[in-house]
Amino acid sequence: MNSEELEQIAETVRLENAKFDHQINVCMGTGCLSQHSDKLKDALSHAVAGQGKKCLVRRTGCMGLCAAGPLVLVDPEETLYQHVKAENAEAIAQSLGGEPVEALQCSLREHFDQQVHIVLENSGHIDPERIDDYIARDGYKALVKALTEMTPNEVIQQITESGLRGRGGGGYPTGLKWSTVAKAVGDMKYVICNGDEGDPGAFMDRSVLESDPQRVLEGMAIAANAVGASKGYVYVRAEYPLAVSRLTLCLRDARRRGLLGNGICGTQFDFDVEIRLGAGAFVCGEETALIASIEGKRGTPKPRPPYPASSGLWGRPTLINNVETFANIAPILRKGGKWFASIGSERSKGTKVFALTGKIKNTGLVEVPMGIKLREIIEVIGGGVPGGHKFKAVQTGGPSGGCIPEELLDIGVSYDALLKIGSIMGSGGMIVMDDTSCMVGVALYFMEFCMTESCGKCIPCRAGTAQMYTLLTRISNGTGTMDDLELLELLCTTVKEASLCGLGQTAPNPVLSTLKYFRHEYMEHIVHKRCPAGACVMKAAEEALA
Amino acid sequence: MPAITPPPLPSDDKRWKIVNGTMRKNGFARHALIETLHTVQSSFGYLDDDAIRFVARSLRVPLSQAYGVATFYHYFSLKPPGKHTMTICTGTACYIKGNDKLVALAEKCLGIAQGQTTKDGLISLTTARCVGACGRAPVVLCDGELSGQMSGEEMVSQLEGWARG
Repeated sequence: MNSEELEQIAETVRLENAKFDHQINVCMGTGCLSQHSDKLKDALSHAVAGQGKKCLVRRTGCMGLCAAGPLVLVDPEETLYQHVKAENAEAIAQSLGGEPVEALQCSLREHFDQQVHIVLENSGHIDPERIDDYIARDGYKALVKALTEMTPNEVIQQITESGLRGRGGGGYPTGLKWSTVAKAVGDMKYVICNGDEGDPGAFMDRSVLESDPQRVLEGMAIAANAVGASKGYVYVRAEYPLAVSRLTLCLRDARRRGLLGNGICGTQFDFDVEIRLGAGAFVCGEETALIASIEGKRGTPKPRPPYPASSGLWGRPTLINNVETFANIAPILRKGGKWFASIGSERSKGTKVFALTGKIKNTGLVEVPMGIKLREIIEVIGGGVPGGHKFKAVQTGGPSGGCIPEELLDIGVSYDALLKIGSIMGSGGMIVMDDTSCMVGVALYFMEFCMTESCGKCIPCRAGTAQMYTLLTRISNGTGTMDDLELLELLCTTVKEASLCGLGQTAPNPVLSTLKYFRHEYMEHIVHKRCPAGACVMKAAEEALA
Repeated sequence: MPAITPPPLPSDDKRWKIVNGTMRKNGFARHALIETLHTVQSSFGYLDDDAIRFVARSLRVPLSQAYGVATFYHYFSLKPPGKHTMTICTGTACYIKGNDKLVALAEKCLGIAQGQTTKDGLISLTTARCVGACGRAPVVLCDGELSGQMSGEEMVSQLEGWARG
C-alpha cells in the first residue's frame, strides 16, 4: 500500500457515491440501535428502491445526539431527522429532492455549531464496517506519511509539538510518553490501547470504537512505528459487544489491505493487533492492572516505578494510551502539530469528547475545544436542565472526579482548571444533576462503587473505602453525627495519600468536592435529619412507618 | 520445551470443542486464561467447577489462580443463569435518572434480590456497572437486548411476559 493506491481506493469510493443523488445516513450506534435503527435502515432501503430514487442508504456510527435517536442525516442537503421510525421511511424517501419532512426535522443548530469535531470527524459520515469509506476520508494517509516520509523521531516531534495530553484522564503529555518508550531498550515492545472505559456514565471510547475503529488502529500503528513496537493490543470491555465486533471486522480488513501485518507499505515495519476482552473490573483502567489482565491474571495494580514505559507487558517496554488519544494521532500528522496546538487553551490543546448525560435536555456525545466554558457546554450545547428544575451540579471524572457547583460554571474546561477546583478531567463523563439529586447520595453512590471495585491489594483503599461507605450511609439516612463527619474527612486524607493506585488515591474526590461545595447538605442530614433534595430515606421515618 | 498433552475433554458436549479451539488458537499459553474463560461463559452461560478445572489443567495454570481470576472479574458468573435475564444498569447517569427504583421494583416483583435467580430457574435479576448507553438512561438489558428510557411499568410488563412464558 502506498499513497497512490490509497488515492485510487478513495477515488473509487467517490465515483461510487457520485452515482447517487442523495445519501441517507442512518445512525447505528448502540443508542439508536436499541431503538431499532437497523429495521429503520432496511425500511429506508426498501422505500428508496420502491420509489426508484437514486439514493444510497448507509449505516453509520454515532451522530452524537442520543436523546433524539434514532437519527437520520440526508446528504448533500444535510437535513437531520430525529426520532425516526420505520413508518417514516416512505415519507423521507418521498421528500428527497423536494421539501424536507418538517415534522421530523431536528433543528438544534446551537447544539452542533459550538462543537469542533476532530476525533468525531468521521462519526456519522462513514460506514464503520467499510475500510474504504475511511480511506476515502483521508484514512491511513497519516500512516503512509509517517512510514515513508518521516523518521520516528520526526513523528514524536510532531506529537510533542501538538501538545496532546493523555485523554484517559491523567493528562500526561503524549509526546513525552512516546519518546520515553522509544528510548527504552528491549528486544520487543508493545503498544496497548486502553478501551476499558470503566467510568460509569461515560461512553466516548465505546462510540469512537463503534463509529470509527480504523482511526484508532491507524493511531496505534503510527505509535508502534514511532516507538519501535511490533505488537499491539486493544483492551476493550466485554460489555461493549458492538464495539468488539466492529473492531474485529476492522482488524480483518486492515490486514487484507496490507495496513497491518508484515512489511506495511513496503517498509520494514511489522505490526499486528489483537483484541483482549475486559471482564468487568474498573481497576483494569489503571495501566499496571490492565497489563496484568492482558497477561491473564487478576487485575491488580503494581507500584510504579518501574513504569510500563520501561517494564510493562511481560516485562517489556510498553506504550499505553487511551482510545481517544490514539484517535487524535492521524489528524495531527496529517495537518501538523502546530495546527492542533492552535486549538484549545494554553496548557490543554485540541478538543475533548464528553459524554453529556443526566438531567440535561440534549444527552449524547459532544466534542468541544478545550477552554470552552462549562456553562456553554451545559446551557447552550446541552440545552439546559429540563422539566423546570434548577441546575445543582455537574460531575466530571466519574468515581475519581468531583461535583462542580453553579458558581464555578464559568471556568474553562482544561486539565489544570478542573484539578484546581477539586475535580478532574477524567475520561470525559459529564453528568448533570438538578435539585432532585442529593449530594450526600451522590457521594454515597460513588463510594459504594469504589468499595466494590477496590481490588483489595492495599489496605487504605480496601478498608478505607468500606469505612467511608459506612459513615456516608449513616449520614445519608439521618443517623450520622458530627464525629462521623470529622472521621470521614480524616479518612479522605488517609485513603488519598496512602493508596497504591489511582483508584484509591482518587476515591475520596467525590466526597471531598461535595463537602467543599455542598457542606450545608451534609449538615442538614446530620443536624436536622432531613434531605433537602428529598432523595434520601431517613431511618427514623422508615421506622415510624414500619 | 516438552510437548504438552492437554487433558481429555470433560464430556462429548460439542461446546468443549469451542473452548478447546480458543486455547489452541492461543497456543495453550497461560495468558489465554481470561480469553478461554470468556469462551466458556459465552458457550455455557456460566463457569462451573468442571470448566475451571479443565481450563486450568489445559493451560497449566494453578487451580488457585484460575479460580482467583474467575472470581475477581464481575463479568464471570459461577452460577447458572435463569432462562431469562433482566439486567439493570447502575451507571451514574442511570442512578441520577432513578434506577434504584427500578431495582427495588424488580426485586419486589420477582421476590428475589439482585444477583439471584427465581426458584423455578426462569428469571435472573442482575445489575451492570455501566453499559455505555448513558444517553438513554435509565437503561435495562432484557436477555442482553438494550432498552432505554425504561419505566417501571414497562419493566414489570416484560417480567410478567416472561413469567407467562
